[in-house]
Amino acid sequence: MELGPYLLLATLEGAVTAAVLALTAVGLSLVFGVMRVVNIAHGEFFMLGAVIAWYVAQMMGGHPAIGFGAALIIAPLLVGIIAVAVDMTILKRIDYDPERTIVATIGVLYIIQQLTLMGYGPEARPVAPPFNTRLAIPWWEFKDGSLQMYWPWGLSTTSYKLAVICAAPVVLLGVWLMMARTKIGLLMRATQQDRDMALAFGIPVERVYALVFGIGAGLAALAAVLIVPIQQAHYLMGADPLLLSFIVVIIGGLGSLPGTVVAAILIGLSDGIISVFFSPTLAKILATLLVGLVLVFRPNGLFGTRGS
Amino acid sequence: MSARRKIAVLHIGLLVLLFALQFVLPAYHHGNLARIMVLASYAVGYNILFGYTGLLSLGHALFFAAGMYGMALTVNHLGWTPAPALIAGLVAGLVVSAALGVLALRTAGVAFMIVTLMFAQAGYLTILYFGEWTRGDEGFVIQQAQRMLWGIDLSDPGNRYFAALTLFAVSLMVCLVLVRHPFGRTLVAIRENEERVRMLGYDTFAHKLGAVVISGTISAAAGAFYGLLFGYAGASFASVQYSIFPLLWVLLGGAGTVLGPFIGTLFMFYLIDLSSGVTTAYMLIAGVVLVLLTLFAPQGLVGELRRRVWRWLP
Repeated sequence: MELGPYLLLATLEGAVTAAVLALTAVGLSLVFGVMRVVNIAHGEFFMLGAVIAWYVAQMMGGHPAIGFGAALIIAPLLVGIIAVAVDMTILKRIDYDPERTIVATIGVLYIIQQLTLMGYGPEARPVAPPFNTRLAIPWWEFKDGSLQMYWPWGLSTTSYKLAVICAAPVVLLGVWLMMARTKIGLLMRATQQDRDMALAFGIPVERVYALVFGIGAGLAALAAVLIVPIQQAHYLMGADPLLLSFIVVIIGGLGSLPGTVVAAILIGLSDGIISVFFSPTLAKILATLLVGLVLVFRPNGLFGTRGS
Repeated sequence: MSARRKIAVLHIGLLVLLFALQFVLPAYHHGNLARIMVLASYAVGYNILFGYTGLLSLGHALFFAAGMYGMALTVNHLGWTPAPALIAGLVAGLVVSAALGVLALRTAGVAFMIVTLMFAQAGYLTILYFGEWTRGDEGFVIQQAQRMLWGIDLSDPGNRYFAALTLFAVSLMVCLVLVRHPFGRTLVAIRENEERVRMLGYDTFAHKLGAVVISGTISAAAGAFYGLLFGYAGASFASVQYSIFPLLWVLLGGAGTVLGPFIGTLFMFYLIDLSSGVTTAYMLIAGVVLVLLTLFAPQGLVGELRRRVWRWLP
């Protein structure tokens, strides 16, 4: 057995993780960057995205692509609206105080999670992927003096996984364009740099906050819709994305979007490979310790440029 | 009556009331109250760091579990008797809290919360990783024969109640003495304005470290007693949920009040107890209470009482 093809497979699986992780973590990072608050309920917005995708796919019927396409729009939108409501009813009223926000979003975490348990139930449910062609993984070897391509037996990926890997950069490019090229992005960056000055210049800071919180949650939901044909929707599925996004955002530097993306790719890719060599629990222990120690000794993150 | 005497009457009165209650309560509530007193001791420990020093930790389950496993592992694997095992639990809590304090106190604010959360999570995963000894999520039972403290059977409800009351009384008195001691007053000053305290020449790092260690050790004592009195140690006591609980209890009862942790634990325990009879999603109640508290009563029950009626409450 050769190592090469398996490494390629692990890298592809890791790239799927990295793609989804990048979207989720950028959502968390955006909220932290602009609003300076940590949203502990972020993983639950992810979970809600997956659960709503299941409901939408159930209701639509017909070809899986119709339900999935609808979920791709409806789930992030609905989750975004819920997040805006949370922002306006709770976070605004405690004036975005960082510590009280954490306590409040822990409360929101339990409320969303337990309401989902009551309404949706404890089962894990799948969503059919819109297309799912099995693709064998090619590999090359030297034979008779020339490079020849062959198909190692039993190794395959699906067209859907490749689509996820391609979709994430498109969405991230969209987020970057919004931040860098549009008026609303300008308002967000102005608010991020100096809230009081932005307020003095007549920027509706509270509405910008609500929008950012909604977009952040929407990104998590979008990531969840993308992953739900591969993983199933379950009411406890928010814990791992939350932890991993935390790791990514902290390693990448709190509030720095490019750092977040680089860290997501790094962590996503290495996650698969580490899990092959160590037990998953040990990998998680090392990852959480790493986050703690990075925060203690390198509070700006490994790639960070700004302090928190 | 002077404030000093009022304080003494109130707190000793509560302990006497708790002592008397064991003779009148029905068995179910008798058992509950013993559990509440142990958990309230945990909350008292948490409150010293959160309420009085102003450091919000999301990782106290690490200390609770350090005490519980320090006690339970020595009993189960080394065959120790409860007395030295309890001390092992306390020492484990002391060492773990000192180590965590030295690292985590290099950060402040939100970073402190995340660092404590991450280290506690690493601790929880470590317990799962060494499942061969800790039995992981499933946990292990401490047999009745292993729970004889100086010939007293701690699995007997009466003895158990008395042990819980002793632990709670000691924790309450430590807290009461601490907050009136210059050391405790410096902690409150650090909570209000750390910069100014440092400028006045106090070593704020040493004071905060002291607070982490005292708080962690009381939490560990609660963990060790919990394992010993109820005969069970499991990894779920190290999970994030058990870091959130003391925060919830203290917020509900009133952060920075001596009686708040007990009142908060009492209310929350019965709230969850009643709601878990209705639905399996009982943590919903915890979530709703957390949100409502941050919105409307950041002072908590005893805090509001102090603000409106009894201004002398410590």
